[in-house]
Amino acid sequence: MGATARPGAGTTGTSVATRDAFDEALARLGETHPEIVVLDAELAESTPGTGFAQRFPSRFFRMGRAEANLIGVAAGLSLMGKLPFCCARAGSVAGRFDQIKMSVCYSATDVRIVGSHAGVGIGEDGYARMGLEDVALMRALPTMAVIQPADDLETAGAVEYLVTHRGPAYLRTTRQKLERLNTDRYRFEFGKGVTLVDGKDLTIVASGGTTSGAVQAAELLAKDGVSARVINIHTIKPIDVDLLVKAARETKRLVTVEDHQVTGGLGGAVCEALAERAPVRLRRHGIPDVFGESGSPAALFRKFKLDATGIASVARALLDR
Amino acid sequence: MLDDAMLETLRRRAFDLRLDSLNAVAAAESGHPGGTLSAIDLLQALYFVEMKHRPKEPHWPERDRFVLSKGHAAPALYSVLAHAGYFSTDLLPSLRRLGSPLQGHPVNFLLPGVEASTGSPGQGLSVAVGMALAAKLDGSAARIYTLIGDGESQQGQIWEAALCAPKYALDNLCVILDHHDARKPLAERWRAFDFDVRTIDGHDYQQIAGAFDAARAAQGKPALIVAETVEGKGVSFMENQRASDGVAPNKEQLAQAIAELRAAQPEPA
Repeated sequence: MGATARPGAGTTGTSVATRDAFDEALARLGETHPEIVVLDAELAESTPGTGFAQRFPSRFFRMGRAEANLIGVAAGLSLMGKLPFCCARAGSVAGRFDQIKMSVCYSATDVRIVGSHAGVGIGEDGYARMGLEDVALMRALPTMAVIQPADDLETAGAVEYLVTHRGPAYLRTTRQKLERLNTDRYRFEFGKGVTLVDGKDLTIVASGGTTSGAVQAAELLAKDGVSARVINIHTIKPIDVDLLVKAARETKRLVTVEDHQVTGGLGGAVCEALAERAPVRLRRHGIPDVFGESGSPAALFRKFKLDATGIASVARALLDR
Repeated sequence: MLDDAMLETLRRRAFDLRLDSLNAVAAAESGHPGGTLSAIDLLQALYFVEMKHRPKEPHWPERDRFVLSKGHAAPALYSVLAHAGYFSTDLLPSLRRLGSPLQGHPVNFLLPGVEASTGSPGQGLSVAVGMALAAKLDGSAARIYTLIGDGESQQGQIWEAALCAPKYALDNLCVILDHHDARKPLAERWRAFDFDVRTIDGHDYQQIAGAFDAARAAQGKPALIVAETVEGKGVSFMENQRASDGVAPNKEQLAQAIAELRAAQPEPA
């Protein structure tokens, strides 16, 4: 039986880097939410000139490459009633773990940390600039929410949601463009997974930059007569346990797919959830506990089998077991 | 200038604050008495002379804020907050006990009057910078104070914050350095970072109040007060004993400490 895409699922031909979608959404929300402020760790130069910085210069702070201080300053702003968004590289900012733990989480702030340049998808800069362990770190912190949108519309929805969310949150965005998977009618629901493709033979659980590849992998598998379900987990914490349990029970096999270490990221989160409620044959697919490296984003996605062909091959291997 | 009656009140309360802090640390059988006693006079001056705040209305939006960056001086902060009326002094002996809001290091969502959770060295100054930035954005007259220690002055984050605060001309920010390690002359470094710096005796209330006045008058620059203090101030066997900080006094030591503090009390007028 072939995969049946829900209305709106599948690629639409539009593609936007989610960090750019973030900036556009924030610039829009800045009009109606004067409490929003942005702290930037020298990312503004590499983002388009229409964003928050240009519209609200007095609420935009260039903090330089001093992420520890940036995080603390954001906490202080939040404790005074501001809604700070911290824009930094995922790899650098997650490294300020103790500042995020103490000044952000343990001080009960509403700081939003936006880690851009997620994963091997950044390409040529190599491992030094890749955020590959950030989800694992952020997920370990009490009260921290972790969100990774899969396209520009989901990013906009997530940012809009984060204006009202209580408590700290981590938003993971990409440097590379992501193909649009959703329609204009898309509504972001915090904590709810999205079934992009229905299927019964196995479930591919994807997030962020790997999600469109997962949808295309389902199309490839359908040609072989394999019916693959695709679930997009945009909220990695708190994760949608009920949807995952349902998928585990109905399809018996799961593959998690992420541009992040398989340890502690989406794969870790799904395993933790299912091991307690619905143990299932599962494969954590992502960066397999190794360093990233330089190369074009496409070459790296091929190497780590994060493109459609790679994801489909990993899914087939699980079916054959 | 503080008048004689005020000075007398502060000196007497300083005795109570030291007593309550030491009792709490002794009851908890753990804590940092040295760094606590060094900070008590500075904290009392902040909460009883300098800051605008309302203990019965801890979330009053116009209040001045204080962040205890050197969070291990928590017993000093707790004693001062209790004596100021934020909560009952009866809570003080519960320091570090299971279920107590008086955690080993301050936690803002557990105790009224605590503005930020601290205790990991070097973080409070950045939080205070953020608060000062927010007050500037809002055109608020609130002033922001933070107490940092010698030890955490080794943290890189302190110097990231030191670069940041002058850039935004945060003259509503007053940083107090509880300085008792003579091996670390820090005043010139802060001046080089473009802070408005003055050095005082951190146990002399007249000098402390004078430094706060001068900091408030400084325009366009954040202020830094190097408060020369004595670790373990008031207790002979704790003074300048780096090794004893982090060790709670036992019963005999506590009795001796209290006797010494009492003997140093001014005669009743």
